[in-house]
Amino acid sequence: MSDVIKVATRDSYGKALVELADAGKDFVVVDADLAAATKTGTFKKAYPDKFIDIGIAEQNMIGIAAGIASTGKPVFASSFAMFAAGRAFEQIRNSVGYPHLNVKVCATHAGISVGEDGATHQCNEDIALMRVIPGMTVINPADDTETKQAIKAAFEIDGPVYVRLGRLAVPVIFDENYKFEIGKGVELVSGNDVTIVATGLMVHEALAAAETLKSEGISARVINIATIKPLDEEIIIKAAKETGAIVVCEEHSVIGGLGSAVADTVSANCPVPVIKVGVEDVFGKSGPAAQLLDIFGLRAENIVEKVKLAISKK
Amino acid sequence: MTEIQKKELMKVATSVRMSIIEATHAAKSGHPGGSLSSADMATYLYFSRMNIDPENPKDPNRDRFVLSKGHAAPLLYSVLAHRGFFPTEELLKLRKPGSFLQGHPDMKHTPGVDMSTGSLGQGISAACGMALAAKLDNKDYHVYTILGDGESEEGQVWEAAMFAAAKNLDNLTVIVDWNNLQIDGTIEEVNSPLPFDKKFEAFNFNVVVIDGHNFDEIEKAIEIADNTKGRPTAIIMKTVKGKGVSFMENQINWHGSAPNDEQCEMALAELRATLESL
Repeated sequence: MSDVIKVATRDSYGKALVELADAGKDFVVVDADLAAATKTGTFKKAYPDKFIDIGIAEQNMIGIAAGIASTGKPVFASSFAMFAAGRAFEQIRNSVGYPHLNVKVCATHAGISVGEDGATHQCNEDIALMRVIPGMTVINPADDTETKQAIKAAFEIDGPVYVRLGRLAVPVIFDENYKFEIGKGVELVSGNDVTIVATGLMVHEALAAAETLKSEGISARVINIATIKPLDEEIIIKAAKETGAIVVCEEHSVIGGLGSAVADTVSANCPVPVIKVGVEDVFGKSGPAAQLLDIFGLRAENIVEKVKLAISKK
Repeated sequence: MTEIQKKELMKVATSVRMSIIEATHAAKSGHPGGSLSSADMATYLYFSRMNIDPENPKDPNRDRFVLSKGHAAPLLYSVLAHRGFFPTEELLKLRKPGSFLQGHPDMKHTPGVDMSTGSLGQGISAACGMALAAKLDNKDYHVYTILGDGESEEGQVWEAAMFAAAKNLDNLTVIVDWNNLQIDGTIEEVNSPLPFDKKFEAFNFNVVVIDGHNFDEIEKAIEIADNTKGRPTAIIMKTVKGKGVSFMENQINWHGSAPNDEQCEMALAELRATLESL
């Protein structure tokens, strides 16, 4: 695998917004004084009349987005994951989720890869918080290509969507032939001994882990799950049946995220061992993002280790 | 407003109050006190001011109403029913399984409800969003929202107020139902949000203070609000919680409890007498 090109999914988001508007789509973008960081600033520059800065008031931002959406105009609302899914959770639930309004909450700086800002800004809980809201679509794209497609797909569906985006530049995995579809997982590597299910920046690590495992004679299937809700249960159940063990990888708490979603599906349909690679039940900390991924055990080598554990439990 | 028009509004408001009593009695729960205190303003807006059409409740050019104090849902439902959005018989299904009249307003299922509310502090933000959308779309509709006095203890209210003035939302009118009572006591006892007028003035609102049970004052205030350019208006409306039913007036225990059979009869008899006197 080549790592030559790296793009932060927040950058892909900003560009996708401009591309959507260039294509004539009518929508509004709101942000809470973080346009420069969430990259809605890219859109603001191109379409200043369709961008509204709400100021440092995330709860109000979500309420305003709901009000605008109630008039028929879709809204993209951005802040850091901590302050969107976290601080404004109840506004998202009651003002957006309950009335099923067309608000796309696109939250950047998710997970520990925020880096130096530390625990207060490292949201490892957002997938859990968002997927529990009825009717909410939750998407965690893996790279630049998938993010751009996911943003456009999120715009096209009617109803609330949460898109989880990152600060850190991550390898571009998919070329222009890749096709993202809401609710569909994608098998990236075929394999029969075990399945590695990954989302977000962990997809890249999962692919690296599969390479290592292959050299050791272990055939690992790799599935990219960008849409955490609704989960592609079919691809998960098939993997459980055919490979007999699953390792789920996410840059998120091991509580309530994709790992939990997969475990729910597997336990109800085809019980096999499900082992999680994620942030354990602890807060993040300051440091360079790459080092934090090492420290918190979110690397290919950690996946390899958990894969062997999963296989041992078959 | 002529004396005849005023009398007509008073009759409608009294009928609305009777429906509030009947609905909460039938539901055996709900919030009559704060529904009764806002009844005159809501009646005025829906029967005398707002550009709305019960036959076309989703008209994109309609005026909007957001009941930020969503627990006063019995009031909103009663006004909507009397205005023709749905049959008044539906009011007796309030809070019951299968009814489209949820405990708090649900825009997805109730004709005429412009925003789902109930979690305090959130409605005013949505109202700001609607007012902003009108500006973005060059539409001239107006957005009215009724806020509870206790509700203004929510920080989000002031985030929204700051935004409304900063973005010159002169098509937004925030109406504060100052009935002075919240669940745990008077608003001063609990965590005084007073003074409302100075606070909203400091947030760059145009501010009008009125008696919320006087239709002349209500009309004058709404006219000022509708004609103020460049900034939003806050109407601080002094009201009586439980207004119109003597044993409910200024009694905190009527915030969130429904009348029993006997109390319902007493309240309706009093309101019927009021209606006959008009």
